[in-house]
Amino acid sequence: MATLAKQSARFELPWWSWTRLKNNRNLIGLWFMIPAAVFLIFFLTYPLGLGIWLSFTDTKIGRSGVFIGLENFIWLWDDPIFWLSVFNTFLYTIVASIVKFGLGLYLAIVLNNSMPFKAIIRAIILLPFIVPTVLSAIAFWWIYDSQFSIISWSLTRLGLIDGYINFLGDPENARASVIIANIWRGIPFVAITLLAGLQTIPPSLYEAATIDGANRWQMFRSVTFPMLTPIIAVVMTFSVLFTFTDFQLIYAVTRGGPLNATHLMATLSFQRAIVGGSLGEGAAIATAMIPFLLAAILFSWFGLQRRKWQQGGSDD
Amino acid sequence: MAEPISQSVAPAEGLVGRWRQRKRPQGEGMDYLISTEKRFVMVYLPVALFLIVLLFPFYWMGLTSIKPNVELIDQSNPWWVRNPTLAHYYKLIFETDYPWWMLNTMIVSVAATLLSVAASVMAAYAVVRVRFKGSDTVGGLIFLAYLVPPSILFIPLALIVFQYGLFDSPLALILTYPTILIPFCTWLLMGYFKSIPYELEECALIDGAGRWQILTKIILPLAIPGLLSAGIFAFTLCWNEFIYALTFISSSENKTVPVAVLSELVEGDVYHWGALMAGALLGSLPVALVYSFFVDHYVSSMTGAVKE
Repeated sequence: MATLAKQSARFELPWWSWTRLKNNRNLIGLWFMIPAAVFLIFFLTYPLGLGIWLSFTDTKIGRSGVFIGLENFIWLWDDPIFWLSVFNTFLYTIVASIVKFGLGLYLAIVLNNSMPFKAIIRAIILLPFIVPTVLSAIAFWWIYDSQFSIISWSLTRLGLIDGYINFLGDPENARASVIIANIWRGIPFVAITLLAGLQTIPPSLYEAATIDGANRWQMFRSVTFPMLTPIIAVVMTFSVLFTFTDFQLIYAVTRGGPLNATHLMATLSFQRAIVGGSLGEGAAIATAMIPFLLAAILFSWFGLQRRKWQQGGSDD
Repeated sequence: MAEPISQSVAPAEGLVGRWRQRKRPQGEGMDYLISTEKRFVMVYLPVALFLIVLLFPFYWMGLTSIKPNVELIDQSNPWWVRNPTLAHYYKLIFETDYPWWMLNTMIVSVAATLLSVAASVMAAYAVVRVRFKGSDTVGGLIFLAYLVPPSILFIPLALIVFQYGLFDSPLALILTYPTILIPFCTWLLMGYFKSIPYELEECALIDGAGRWQILTKIILPLAIPGLLSAGIFAFTLCWNEFIYALTFISSSENKTVPVAVLSELVEGDVYHWGALMAGALLGSLPVALVYSFFVDHYVSSMTGAVKE
């Protein structure tokens, strides 16, 4: 009955008639997409392309540049500071991500036990993630102060060290310091998202494992971890992505110093483009990050594929 | 489901039975298999340690912000304060532009959040329910857009902002923040919209409602929790945003709190630690308040975005 009515309407009205246009899915979809599309095209897609274009020009602040081919990249290839920043970015990302994952997973598993005030504890644990990064970074800046650091003070009073630690003045210490600050901020995100994943695992699986005589480690190896793999893939992709492109923490605590020892690719590109004025060169550094980001995105995509497979097909 | 099991294991027979039952923690699942001492080592102790480490910087911020300048630099015990003072807060509020920075951040965050949520509602509805040609592709593209970080966009965006004459104006931030927020909000709302039964919509279609009426009168009232979650998460992301605000705004009175605290409260080599800490703490307060009122929405949006 309904199809008959539809068909007759289709025969009677030409495609441009108001009634048919009003019910055309594609046209309605287009109308609904317009606001989001305008934002994403003008302020995301276009700048993305413009950024890649800029990296092939010698644009400076206040002067539009000309196409110079790969000159920026050749220049960067011979620039030891650029390579130092690449090294730092990888060190920062790999160490921070691994520790965040380890501690975050541990915290999630601990929190998955029943305990009093669980909701409040969960809310408090997420606080470092809520507070603006720069503002908590300022607290770390003060904690790492060379003269008045509370860590140095406490350790000297406990008799563990002789002199005050030069947290941010020494390259090695500075790297460790910013990585620790990043871990502090990242653990809550990993822990709370993985906790949400843990809560979806049916308790019956653990009951079955207990009856089979499995101990805690075996339960983790054979039940928890496999069930959690898809969510781990997604969470860690986000974590790696945000750590890799981090800017705020470094800018607030060290500004890339001492001796460029903590410059990440993002902070170096800001340094060269906005502070130094060479937009082209800064854009080239930013463009150099894209291949790594693509790799992370592909990883995430495969993580999602695996999720579909594990749940036995359709999860659109 | 813990109750029946623990009761069947230890029926309350007399004093001993009741005592044994009391000792068991009232938990879920198979928690009753773990003794209290073991629970202390395996659960309470690690949680306490994590809480101490995660909260210590906040304690340190708060403590520093109420210390008089003398106590900040003498070598007395830094873990406590002897003469607490509100001088740093007074200085911050009455002698700097701090109230302006708060107002700027508030205006920018609220405006960008409202814009993004409105655009995301329409986009998510179109992708999930209108099912136009290529809607799956559009959904995928929106997810990809979520993965494009601001760190690689700020240089070209600075150029664009300058060309449009938006440099040093809050409008520059209001228009660029949605690029961070829309992909996230759309993704989240798509999940919510999918959970609303399609039959409701079909009924409305038969009754002669248009798509716009369906969206505003049927879908939106049902998706209010989703809207709240998306809005709250977007608001905290805006408040947290740094690199765009640092690049696009130059005059002190237009800055947002995170940028201003870092750039305006440091005079040359003199760090006013008390005022810096007070500024950091006050600047975190609005998001912390919003968060504390809507914890569940916030957590569900964060975990939902990962799970979808």
